[in-house]
Amino acid sequence: MALNLGKKAKLLNLPQLAVMITLLAALAIILAGPLACLFSKAFMDNGGGFVGLDNYRRYFGTPALAGSIFNTLDISLVSAFFSLCLALAYAYALTRTNIRGKTFFKYAALAPIFIPTIVHALGLIYLFGRQGLITALGFKLEIYGRTGIILSEIIYTFPQAFLMFHVALETADNRLYEAADSLGCSPATKFLKITLPGLKYTLVNVFFVCFTLAFTDFGAPKVLGGSYNVLATDIYKQIAGQFNMNMGAVVGTLLLVPALISFLAGGLAEDRSTLTAKSTRLRIKPGPGRDAFFFIFCVLMTLALAALVLSLLVGAFTTRYPYNLAPTLDNFKFNISTGGLASYFNSLKMSGLTALFGALFVFIYAYMMEKARGLPWPKKAGRLLAVVPLALPGLVVGISFIFFFNSPANPLNFIYGTLAILVLSNILHYFSVPFLTATGALKKLDREIESVAESLNIPKWKTFLQISVPLSWPALLEIAMYFFVNSMVTVSAVVFLYSPGFKIASIAITHMEEAGDFAQAAAMSLLILGLNLLVRLAYELAVWLNRHLFLKRKGLP
Amino acid sequence: MKFLEVKGLSKKFDGQTALDKVSLSLEKGELLCLLGPSGCGKTTLLRIIAGLETADRGEVWLEGREATFLPPARRNFGIVFQSYALFPNMTVRQNVLFGLAQNKTLDRAERERKADEALEMVDLGPHRHKYPNQLSGGQQQRTALARAIAVSPAALLLDEPLSALDAKVRARLRGEICRLQRAMGLSTIMVTHDQEEAITMADRIVVMNNAVVEQIGSPRAIYEQPATPFVAGFIGAMNFYSQAGGLCAVRPEKLEIDRQPRDAESLSARIGWVEFRGASTRVYARLAQDGSEICVDLPTERADQLTIRENDRVYISVAARHVNRYPAAA
Repeated sequence: MALNLGKKAKLLNLPQLAVMITLLAALAIILAGPLACLFSKAFMDNGGGFVGLDNYRRYFGTPALAGSIFNTLDISLVSAFFSLCLALAYAYALTRTNIRGKTFFKYAALAPIFIPTIVHALGLIYLFGRQGLITALGFKLEIYGRTGIILSEIIYTFPQAFLMFHVALETADNRLYEAADSLGCSPATKFLKITLPGLKYTLVNVFFVCFTLAFTDFGAPKVLGGSYNVLATDIYKQIAGQFNMNMGAVVGTLLLVPALISFLAGGLAEDRSTLTAKSTRLRIKPGPGRDAFFFIFCVLMTLALAALVLSLLVGAFTTRYPYNLAPTLDNFKFNISTGGLASYFNSLKMSGLTALFGALFVFIYAYMMEKARGLPWPKKAGRLLAVVPLALPGLVVGISFIFFFNSPANPLNFIYGTLAILVLSNILHYFSVPFLTATGALKKLDREIESVAESLNIPKWKTFLQISVPLSWPALLEIAMYFFVNSMVTVSAVVFLYSPGFKIASIAITHMEEAGDFAQAAAMSLLILGLNLLVRLAYELAVWLNRHLFLKRKGLP
Repeated sequence: MKFLEVKGLSKKFDGQTALDKVSLSLEKGELLCLLGPSGCGKTTLLRIIAGLETADRGEVWLEGREATFLPPARRNFGIVFQSYALFPNMTVRQNVLFGLAQNKTLDRAERERKADEALEMVDLGPHRHKYPNQLSGGQQQRTALARAIAVSPAALLLDEPLSALDAKVRARLRGEICRLQRAMGLSTIMVTHDQEEAITMADRIVVMNNAVVEQIGSPRAIYEQPATPFVAGFIGAMNFYSQAGGLCAVRPEKLEIDRQPRDAESLSARIGWVEFRGASTRVYARLAQDGSEICVDLPTERADQLTIRENDRVYISVAARHVNRYPAAA
């Protein structure tokens, strides 16, 4: 009997294959193309000749530049350590104690996600700067330089770390704690021998995530750095200041190192802890002392974050802080020179388009990887490709996009300097998390639904539109929201790609800050924060309505 | 002409053999059960027959035409999966209608009539406007069945259709599926790991183990003349013992117990313990010749008559035609 391989071609579903190839090619082009350009530029001189490691030698030979590496390592390590400790305690308070107001505390911790990182730094200046609210109380802190950047990075990374710990601590097997109780273990022993070992992977992952975020952040050092140089500001100076593309590419490759190391070290390893169906829900025992301690801790953390937002409010709504505290709305009349209100609407347009096209692309992509019949190899490649952006800092996305799309040889050159390239860079930059969200949602659907539909001769697109999409509404909305909120606050990827004719709000804030218009920057930040909160609220409302109007009626969970 | 023929199918997953040269056939209107332990390849076989999986080697023939590479939609099979795979966002009736919608030769009224007819057949008329998650397991199963038969398929493929249900519902649905299948004259292949299900429902059973077919036959033939030691051990209770360099297997209910030897073949044994099972009584005994344990099912009446107790010496005999002999395992 002959091998069936040759005849298998007959069974290939051509439209399905076409969609699959298109999706893979699209992602591969915007991912691999720019990265390849970045790496080749790092090994070339200005004229495009191959120079081997010369650029790297020059880089490390310049003390001012090489020093940035140590500065960057320094602030990343310190801020990752503090962020990890604070987030662990905060998440522990919300999952393993009986404090009140958990929902409030949870949302309070997420506040920094809704504003650009540049604004964290701005808030710190309002609090600790020479005329800061806290400085005025007699508490002096040198906010420009190392300390300020570290504080700002802690604020930036805290919500991410908190979310990861929250997920890990939320689930636990109560039987382990009961067994420990029956053996007479002290609370400290239980924490050290049960809770911490269960968090092993999360601890490693959180540290790597925080470290990488701080390592590659552009906003805080831009505002607070002064003479304290880090890689992220170097790359900006090299590219935007000195037009030294090759040196910029060198720094870009250096920014990839932490993600690469964490990848190689298995830092992003999967959690293999053994929660089984038999595991019982964790019951939190009363502990008034413990609860009081953690409640106070949470209040302090919340106050610290609130102070940041509050300082923006003060800055935005007073005539000239700190000299004239008369309330005013004048700061919302933005100077045209730094971007004006138009930049806000530009941001809205860009984020809206990113949310729309990003959600569509990610969802169809995840659907094909999850539900297409056969094609094991394209699926494997597709899944791998989809998580690569997780390792790409925004700055790297930005500069590699310049290299790729600005080349006249590229047929896609026409999108350079347009809104399209901003949207595209955002979709790529934030691709991985929505992909994982979509995959998770699709995995929950019965995998035989596609088989049944196929045997009933129902076309694939019809199954997709009438079954998979309606059942994945919440995930789709979550994805759109994620794209929107992140596009509103991003600076790093787009700072190299916006055109002067189409400035966006987060960039405008940078320029306002450069021009010394702190009050306007604060006002713009509040507009972004307000819009992001509104979008979040709309999302929560939509999910709630979906659950109560549709799912409940259909007996769905 | 056979309705369906499978010839020498082989399939590997990541080097693991799921099917090894499997052949079988299905007559028109017949209910064929694929029976075997989990991982024996029976579901893979069903999926290849359905067109949802492709074989590495071998052919599938449908009504005299080769269908090995025919897409699932063109095979015209109604499939019911273990998980039912109902569309959760559609009512029972919409589920059935969604499948019918692809039949462009029917107008809307006809499609609705067909859907309601199918729902009546599985007694779901009153529940047709409910959503799957508002139904019991049995009702969900019947919805899946209605959806499959509504499109007037050429054959029905059932993948462990009853295994997610509790024992009582299962017993009732078993009868219902059989009744429906006979009434419609639907050629059916059903995958199951439940031997009782297979024996009570099937016209013929295909016993599978480790990716190969062990035996194909009527339930009675499979039970009374198991072709291999595996089949003998897999279905019902069986006593195994070695004799004359071969392996012998005999059903507990075919053995007789007496106080005196019945003939020259009768074996001496000592009673281990006695288990009351209602209509029958199971007696565990140890053979005097080699100490091997043997169990005997007696009608309880007969056991009472014998008044056997632990450690009693008895004689066990069996008619030669009830003994299945196999060559010794290598």
